[in-house]
Amino acid sequence: MSISREDIEKVAVLARIKVDDEQVSALEKDLGNILDLVDQLSAADTDSVEPMAHPLDAVQRLRPDEVTETNQREAFQAIAPATEDGLYLVPKVIE
Amino acid sequence: MHNKSVAELSRELESGKISSVELTQQFLDRLKQEDGKYNSFITITEEQALAEAKAADELRAAGKATAWTGVPFAHKDIFCTNGVRTTCGSKMLENFVPPYDATVTEKFRQAGAVCLGKTNMDEFAMGSSNESSYFGAVTNPWGLSSGEKRVPGGSSGGSAAAVAARLVPAATATDTGGSIRQPAALCGVTGLKPTYGRVSRYGMIAFASSLDQGGSMARTAEDNALMLNVMAGFDPKDSTSIDREVPDYTATLNEPLKGLKIGLPKEYFTDQLSPAMEEQVRNAVKEYEKLGATVKEVSLPNAKLAIAAYYVIAPAEASANLSRFDGVRYGYRCEDPKDLMDMYTRTRAEGFGAEVKRRILVGTYALSHGYYDAYYLKAQKVRRLIQQDFANAFKEVDVLMSPTSPSPAFVQGEKTNDPVTMYLEDIFTIAINLAGLPAMSVPAGFVDGLPVGLQIIGDYFAEARLLNAAHQFQQVTDWHQREPK
Amino acid sequence: MQWDIVIGLEIHVQLATQTKIFSGSSTAYGAEPNTQANAVDLAMPGTLPVPNENAFRYAVMFGLAVNAEIGRRSVFERKNYFYPDLPKGYQTTQLEQPIVGPGYVDVDLANGETKRVRIHHAHLEEDAGKSLHETFFDELGHGMSGIDLNRAGTPLIEVVTEPDMNSAEEAVAFAKKLHSIVTSLGICDGDMSQGSMRFDVNISLKPKGSDQLGTRTETKNLNSFRFMEQAIAHEVERQMDILEDGGRIIQETRLYNGDRDESRSMRTKEEANDYRYFPCPDLLPVVIDDDFIEDARQRLPELPDARKARFKEQYGLNDYDAGLLSGDAKLAAFFEETVEHGKDAKLAANWIQGEFSARLNAEEKTVAESPITGAQLGDLVVRIADNTVSSAGAKKVFEALWTGENDNVDAIIDAKGLKQVSDTGALEAMVDEVLAGMPDQVAQYQNEEDPKKRKKMLGGFMGPLMKASKGQGNPKLFNEILVEKLGG
Repeated sequence: MSISREDIEKVAVLARIKVDDEQVSALEKDLGNILDLVDQLSAADTDSVEPMAHPLDAVQRLRPDEVTETNQREAFQAIAPATEDGLYLVPKVIE
Repeated sequence: MHNKSVAELSRELESGKISSVELTQQFLDRLKQEDGKYNSFITITEEQALAEAKAADELRAAGKATAWTGVPFAHKDIFCTNGVRTTCGSKMLENFVPPYDATVTEKFRQAGAVCLGKTNMDEFAMGSSNESSYFGAVTNPWGLSSGEKRVPGGSSGGSAAAVAARLVPAATATDTGGSIRQPAALCGVTGLKPTYGRVSRYGMIAFASSLDQGGSMARTAEDNALMLNVMAGFDPKDSTSIDREVPDYTATLNEPLKGLKIGLPKEYFTDQLSPAMEEQVRNAVKEYEKLGATVKEVSLPNAKLAIAAYYVIAPAEASANLSRFDGVRYGYRCEDPKDLMDMYTRTRAEGFGAEVKRRILVGTYALSHGYYDAYYLKAQKVRRLIQQDFANAFKEVDVLMSPTSPSPAFVQGEKTNDPVTMYLEDIFTIAINLAGLPAMSVPAGFVDGLPVGLQIIGDYFAEARLLNAAHQFQQVTDWHQREPK
Repeated sequence: MQWDIVIGLEIHVQLATQTKIFSGSSTAYGAEPNTQANAVDLAMPGTLPVPNENAFRYAVMFGLAVNAEIGRRSVFERKNYFYPDLPKGYQTTQLEQPIVGPGYVDVDLANGETKRVRIHHAHLEEDAGKSLHETFFDELGHGMSGIDLNRAGTPLIEVVTEPDMNSAEEAVAFAKKLHSIVTSLGICDGDMSQGSMRFDVNISLKPKGSDQLGTRTETKNLNSFRFMEQAIAHEVERQMDILEDGGRIIQETRLYNGDRDESRSMRTKEEANDYRYFPCPDLLPVVIDDDFIEDARQRLPELPDARKARFKEQYGLNDYDAGLLSGDAKLAAFFEETVEHGKDAKLAANWIQGEFSARLNAEEKTVAESPITGAQLGDLVVRIADNTVSSAGAKKVFEALWTGENDNVDAIIDAKGLKQVSDTGALEAMVDEVLAGMPDQVAQYQNEEDPKKRKKMLGGFMGPLMKASKGQGNPKLFNEILVEKLGG
């Protein structure tokens, strides 16, 4: 199955990855090849098969509602690209 | 000393013939001197290592030493290490110093082991040749004499090359589709990928959460057992970690193999495998027969779909797992973003390498509106079929054996232009991750002077049996002791 | 043309757990920015979620309270989108298999009717952080926003109703009822000014009687009942104008500005994100067994409907009073404390709905922030009932209690000299004296035949009497004595 340039551009926006025209051409080929590989799936008969999300048939454990964390803002913000007054800074958010 | 195993080094330290500080210094010196040839380390932590060695010597003096106290090793650079740069092979995390430890890291600290540094890897563990690392390709210590640089396999290529080159006796690694076993095979070392959920994933940077599993690499099965003794266990911080008793994996290494039922999946012995490779694998199986095992052919009819299912599921999970690398809280942020969108799209375009971006885009596409059922849901159904194949096989046999990779180490650059050809490297390993089973790769011979790996696959939580089978094989063969020239 | 209004609600309810839904960070409100955001909340590489048991307990309690099926197996999914206040780049939420299935809530309307609003489902999810738009600048002078992730990971249940409401009044009545349920359950503090409950309103119009639903819009993030009512009125009017001009409604998400009574489009359906939901591989299916449900059931407190019935039965309140006093758990508790001390339930109800509520509203305080206790108001009720103070005097006592001048009712009455004179002999003497000074009025009264007019004329004597008694004469006794002295 092939993937169109428009699809690639759309997906790149969803994934927030900037791609230029040249990259789109390369991706058209590479992603097309990968999707061809993946298309083998369509041959499998999976009519009555339950999808499998996890290797083990286990169920979720729940955690007691107790505070276990302390303030480590200084350590975390020491590795942040931009902070001020304890806030992470990003280019203006417009709703 | 550099040729000694973890078990041997542990005994040397115990006997007092050498201190951990001396041993660590020897390894560090060798590492700094030799690694220029392989590029198997991204970060060498000399100061911390010597401090840990000193602490280990004190612990030993106080009579509190364990098997690992003072023994040098390395971490794949995917495990977060408090205060030590953790890059995951990516520009995105080039300067990322986590203020926390992965659970696996913490366990080795508690065991008193001495971490020499962080090993190179394919970026975000995506690759089978270690060529996608932002910190440069890793060179396989094998085949260098021919004048050609070969890949060590991937993604744990740094760990495999470092162990093969005797830079460290053991290293941690991770395996999402073959990333422990394939490099172990290509570098002639022994690697173990445990059952999904056996080793905590907390602090192990995620590629594909339902497939990723931390494991070990060393030259011997016994050392892998020592590694797993430290790594395995329930972790309340990982919801997918299994609360199940951890045996002493060294305790059963010497069990006789008489009566062991071995299955050979016929789908793994096809024309994708060169006759020379096949011969080595069949010879290894014959050794097992000599040890008293019986062999029969089994079938995994859906195994041929494993690559296709994997290249939907793994990229889909990765596409979400890697969304957190957005330039807001840590890691790379592009220069002078003109607005929020520009910050996101340039940060991620510049911070991620080509293979990572390809997989994010494939995963995004597979999950996007209109394709979810055809790709993601379908792949999950096929995943179930693959798991059932293994379940059926394990009704008949105790372990499965196959080649680990379709070919020995290839020359650098040979497959970088064609992602799909590269993906086929994992054709014999990927199904095991989809099912979540444990498996090992054990050195089992050579083709054209390059190592060949035998893959041994077990049922869920059968790590002890795999290690036992590998150890017994290593008592009657010396492939794992061969040293690259 | 006549239109039917069709309204459905989505309500985000912040759960009053101690910690976040997937980490052990505190959820306490008002901390310094990012001091309650740990490695998991910040989506540091390699970190993993572990769900909070109480989040599930509270969700199940909610499910039981709204007569819903409990999801025996619920599954978390990832909803993928990029936003700076969403650290992982996806929200962990539930979609196909939520914790609470279909249920319903019965809502009493002002006209005395009861409206049943069906719950489609309720699911558990994590809240996002906050973007603060106060101005920061980078070194090039570009405007920057600040991100506080303390709220990121706070557990929410999102309650989704069927489109069963047909007016702003019904929607608000339902919203208030839901508020009353979650606060009674103690699973949410109900503080809407802090965002503890946030409403999204889906509105469409259809020609009266038609069974074909019109195109709907969604107005997001309304955080008060008043804004909700205004936003619905505004949107109904906007849609009606468009439809009556022959236009088409565009399916879109809108933002309402309550201060300006304006709304604007946020995004249309075409621009809607492709959220790429898929089951979260870091989390396993949550299985709720009978024991868990039974345990949650044991924890259910009295719910508003049951409380209302009890208030009518136990205190003899009428339907209206019982409804008002039982809706808010804290107000109901205040009422019961007042009655416990004050005995007279009707009088207590009147004071709570009158003076007390008026004062709370005037000072924008919640019941919990009230400076006076139910016990104090109860003590005052006792003194009103036994005629120790007049209602005018009682207001002065209330004022003194409220301002904290003194915290003892009797001490205030003494200190301010508010005790009524109820000594009949003394009162009779005062009446005699006053009547003696008003012979014309006495004659006029006695000549009047109409009992209604006579009754009214009695008031003319009360002023001078109160003056003569310096405001301390018991008006009720004065009245009785007057009637007697004037000959009926």
